[in-house]
Amino acid sequence: MTIAISCRAVSKIFGSGRKRVEALTDVTLDVAEGEFVTLVGASGCGKSTLLRLMAGLESCSGGVIESSGVPIRGPGADRAMVFQNYSLYPWLNVMQNIKFPRQLAAHTKDRTSADVESASGRADALLNVMGLVPVRSAYPVQLSGGMQQRTAIARALMTRPKILLMDEPFGALDAQTREVMHDLILHVCALERCTVVFVTHDVEEAIYLGRRVVVMAPRPGRIDSIYDVPLPANRNQEMKHSESFLKLKLQILDRIRTTSGMQTDLELLRKLSQQSTL
Amino acid sequence: MRAWKIRGWISPRSYWLLAGAGLAVPLAAWTLLVASGAVNPVFLPGPLDVLKRIVTWFNDDALMSDIGISTFRVVAGWALSAIVALPLGLLIGTFRVVQAVLEPLTDFIRYMPAVAFIPLIMLWIGIDESAKVAVIFIGTFFQMVLMVAEDVRRVPAAQIEAAETMGATRAEVLEKVIIPSAKPALLDTLRITMGWAWTYLVVAELVAANSGLGYAIIKAQRFLQTDKIFAGILLIGAIGLAMDQSFRLLHRLSFPWLQPRNQS
Repeated sequence: MTIAISCRAVSKIFGSGRKRVEALTDVTLDVAEGEFVTLVGASGCGKSTLLRLMAGLESCSGGVIESSGVPIRGPGADRAMVFQNYSLYPWLNVMQNIKFPRQLAAHTKDRTSADVESASGRADALLNVMGLVPVRSAYPVQLSGGMQQRTAIARALMTRPKILLMDEPFGALDAQTREVMHDLILHVCALERCTVVFVTHDVEEAIYLGRRVVVMAPRPGRIDSIYDVPLPANRNQEMKHSESFLKLKLQILDRIRTTSGMQTDLELLRKLSQQSTL
Repeated sequence: MRAWKIRGWISPRSYWLLAGAGLAVPLAAWTLLVASGAVNPVFLPGPLDVLKRIVTWFNDDALMSDIGISTFRVVAGWALSAIVALPLGLLIGTFRVVQAVLEPLTDFIRYMPAVAFIPLIMLWIGIDESAKVAVIFIGTFFQMVLMVAEDVRRVPAAQIEAAETMGATRAEVLEKVIIPSAKPALLDTLRITMGWAWTYLVVAELVAANSGLGYAIIKAQRFLQTDKIFAGILLIGAIGLAMDQSFRLLHRLSFPWLQPRNQS
């Protein structure tokens, strides 16, 4: 098993003095090549921060993160990131957005006519697989949220990144669209054979997509527990009703409630409602 | 009523009807007030007197060259400040270091009245064309820098970070993301500051001018030619309105991707 991304005793501190916040403490995690790992947890557990550290958009306060054995110093084209929204370029149409990386020196160093051709073939292939052909010349403002995220994913895949980092990419979509996107992303990632680290606050999404689910806890942000998902690699929507799926879902929800202090809130509410009925 | 819905919609026809009424009603009120004889025409000349004055100004007094020289001064002062403010604002809005050095300074200067600089301008620059352009420059530049910086800061962080994770260098992020993303807001800033530049015209033409709309207004004041003052003010308003509409048209034509409806 080759390690695609490896975090060793990673910590992240924001601010200093009284405003000091320990966003992450002692996070150690290995993600294997080709693996689909989901990070789930209540808000403030540092899951997005961890992803941003992997992307190189922030730097670690302590510890080290390596991508294929090389310490991460900043953003790099080997680790593409998909954001929740507003990351498409509204002045470019769908096709131009997908081809955007081709405008950058990092991807045009060895530009031969064959490269240009294969790039444009790649863009067409991504357009096809993401179901974007009918809207290829539409501007982002004319697209639904789901179509916008398909474009963002296609753009991220354009440069054949080794690792795809996804920060709640379906968080702003409605439930039906999200289900379609789940199957689409599983299909595409299997096709592309890329490693995925996927952040979400939706436990069901985390289990359905992930081979492994990493549960994180807040104050300070840390890894609470890691679960192997007992489902076959080829997922389908019916599996969401299987016993092992539901059992794992309850288990993870319970961990999140316990660690985030939500459990005490729930108990308090229950007590209050009992009092009022008396 | 649907028209009074918050951020409601009205048909283009009603829009232009209302816009016409918005201009026609004050004009009618003005005409009636003067016709009633309640006000001394020296204080308030009628619309017809003003119109006649514009015609004689055009025929005998080189109105077109006054308009020409004033437009030149305004546009030159505004363009000069745009040339400096755009790159400077881009840097202030992009790099915290530049912001720390320049923004408080700019905030400090922009509260100083441009009129108060006139004696200094005459001392440093002299009394020729460049002095008038300088007044307009001072009046617009400092506001413009801050607005440009704000436009640049409003570029969504996700757009910038997406480019970074695709391997874009700093120069590429500036050139291929920040600038194109901020363009519509920048054009709006240029449109608004053009309006401000016009408001400094009369002040600018206080400086040893012998031509221009602002100068004509000041001179008319000396001879109590109220109709000419009105003519000058209305002409400046009309030119401003025309320029503003041209900017809006340019905005619509340059950024079709902002409109969700018309598939282009």
